[in-house]
Amino acid sequence: MTMHRDYQGAKMGMWIFLFTEILLFGGLFVLYSVTLGRYPTEFHEASKLLDVTLGTTNTVVLITSSLFAALSVVGLQRGDRKLAQGFMAATLVLACCFLVIKYFEWSHKIHAGIYPGGETLIQWAPGKQAFFALYYTMTGLHGLHVIIGMGVFLWVWTRIVAGTCTPEHFVALENAGLYWHLVDLIWIYLFPLYYLIT
Amino acid sequence: MASGGKSWVREWLFTLDHKRIGMLYLWCITAFFVIGVCIGMVIRMELFWPGKDFIGQQAYNALFTVHGVIMIFIVVIPSIPAAFGNLFLPLQLGAEDVAFPRLNTFSFWLYVIGGATALISLFTGGGAPDTGWTFYVPFSAVTTTNVSVAVAGVFILGFSSILTGLNFIVTIHRLRAPGLTWTRLTLFAWALYATAWIQVLATPILSITVVLIIVERLLGLGIFDPARGGDPILYQHLFWIYSHPAVYIMILPAMGVISDIIPVFCRKSIFGYKTIVGSSLAIAFAGSLVWAHHMFVSGMSDTAVMVFSFLTFIVAVPSAVKVFNWLSTMYKGSIRLEPPLIYALGFIFLFAMGGITGLVLGSAGTDMHVHDTYFVVGHFHYVIFGGTGFGMFAAIHYWFPKMYGRMYNRKQAITAALILVVGLNGLYFPMYLLGLEGMPRRYYDYLPQFTSLHRLSTYGSWITFAGLALMFYNLIHSRYRGEPVGRNPWKAATLEWTLPSPPPTHNFDTEPVVTHGPYDFSEVRDDDHA
Repeated sequence: MTMHRDYQGAKMGMWIFLFTEILLFGGLFVLYSVTLGRYPTEFHEASKLLDVTLGTTNTVVLITSSLFAALSVVGLQRGDRKLAQGFMAATLVLACCFLVIKYFEWSHKIHAGIYPGGETLIQWAPGKQAFFALYYTMTGLHGLHVIIGMGVFLWVWTRIVAGTCTPEHFVALENAGLYWHLVDLIWIYLFPLYYLIT
Repeated sequence: MASGGKSWVREWLFTLDHKRIGMLYLWCITAFFVIGVCIGMVIRMELFWPGKDFIGQQAYNALFTVHGVIMIFIVVIPSIPAAFGNLFLPLQLGAEDVAFPRLNTFSFWLYVIGGATALISLFTGGGAPDTGWTFYVPFSAVTTTNVSVAVAGVFILGFSSILTGLNFIVTIHRLRAPGLTWTRLTLFAWALYATAWIQVLATPILSITVVLIIVERLLGLGIFDPARGGDPILYQHLFWIYSHPAVYIMILPAMGVISDIIPVFCRKSIFGYKTIVGSSLAIAFAGSLVWAHHMFVSGMSDTAVMVFSFLTFIVAVPSAVKVFNWLSTMYKGSIRLEPPLIYALGFIFLFAMGGITGLVLGSAGTDMHVHDTYFVVGHFHYVIFGGTGFGMFAAIHYWFPKMYGRMYNRKQAITAALILVVGLNGLYFPMYLLGLEGMPRRYYDYLPQFTSLHRLSTYGSWITFAGLALMFYNLIHSRYRGEPVGRNPWKAATLEWTLPSPPPTHNFDTEPVVTHGPYDFSEVRDDDHA
């Protein structure tokens, strides 16, 4: 079986897949908006408990990583494998930073008993409980996507080393970049919805 | 065929050939179908007499849940797209394979893993799930049975479905042979195209919904728990936003098969090609707007009920358009009553029975009366078994000679089809009457006045079983002993019939150039025994 190469087909497939990812998060955004409509004051108060500085830092970290991902694609398109790999490494480092910051945020909250079923949270108003239930679900699912995205980049790395992802056929890296931009984009919506609605 | 020391397992299970993947799906789906049918027979046996007969309440709840999960998620949703779509879509397009062959193998493996996970949930943990296939909260969030594993299986199956849909969309866009314009696509391909978009757009919502059930059970989030700020009605919305469009994932490909079969056996071009295409797309679109007609009695606002009732009526229009187009195609056609056409006619009749009662359910006033009664059970079995099931059988009988290069016994095939039509009506028509008289669905016991109708239904299930047995016997026997046939026993005009039966690994030796539509029979040669 000869493997045909279809650049446009591969891109199209990736875009459709990204659309399904948006819809996956879309279900959660619907839940968020319905719950926000029901408990506007509680959401306002619960949001004040999140650390805006850490959230902003993470936003900057993730946007910068997205830039590096894009530069990595450009690097490979220009035929510079080493440059592409360098920017990929930078993307991965920043992704790790994002997860580490997220870890500190979560563990801080969990220590304070603010998690679904936690001793502090369970005594609060239903609206605030709903806020944190959604917060953990959505940022958790997003964090999972960050990890998956890192896995995708590592996979592309092996393809570059193996010589199957090349300056002539760079669509694997390009699609990985697209995936990373999606992960970034979803965070850009999550950030104001959870940290800035006060 | 690839050889060179590759074992049979590697050659089949890790194949990249769309035809083999299609066959693998077909066999798996058939195996699961047989399991699902047997469970259905047990349910009907239990209902033969009122009261407890040989299985308890819990076992009964588990059985109808498992029957639903197997039949909906493992059999009906992938049935025609995954099996026959994989087998024949690339052939009908004149392509060498689907756009992403590796992804296709991956989808199949996800399907196997998902199906296995769903099955494992029956025998491990707290026992088989007992929630019904809809997994409604709050019960699914608190029951001690093995719901988490079952919905994890559903998640994986959904992922498989998304990837198959994605693959088909790109395949249809990118891999059509020269000359195969959009208006020269077969109607089966068009139906798969519309279906694929529903798969891609609706399934992610189901994925997130079942993920929420799992985290709700494992972490106790409370997203659907009113005491903690959640809302159980939201679960129903999210669930049906997928699962109603999923009904059209189930029926559209079957309609595509019927649209391909009817012109061939009437020797006439399809009546209203473009309206059939348009109605497929219209069903895909409008079908996504009607989910809340499952929730008329859930406590939505009256406005919402009216809007969704109205929208539901709109979906009936494109479905009816198709039925009228099929009948118009047959009008003054040169009709050959071969088995595929008999199954197609069975489809039209049974689908119409189910579709019209769908209006009774879609209309808010009458739905209040029959909601969650046997009327609903009768309705969706007419549509799903009578519709998708018959579409599947029609597809098997239509493409069987192409898949195996042999012909089945036509008299036996027709006899089986007629037995099935009688059996299905015997099985499901009494359910309409039971529902109108107030027999609730999902109950394992009933009042004595329902006994005779339940018996009638159980008798129908035996007749149906006999029809299925005859059909499967005929097909399996003919697989090995059937009379060999040539390329084009039905004298059809679509591209797959220009290939040898069964088609070679590389499909087309030279890329075909298409010069006319799929239902132009003027140039079809009689090369039956070529």
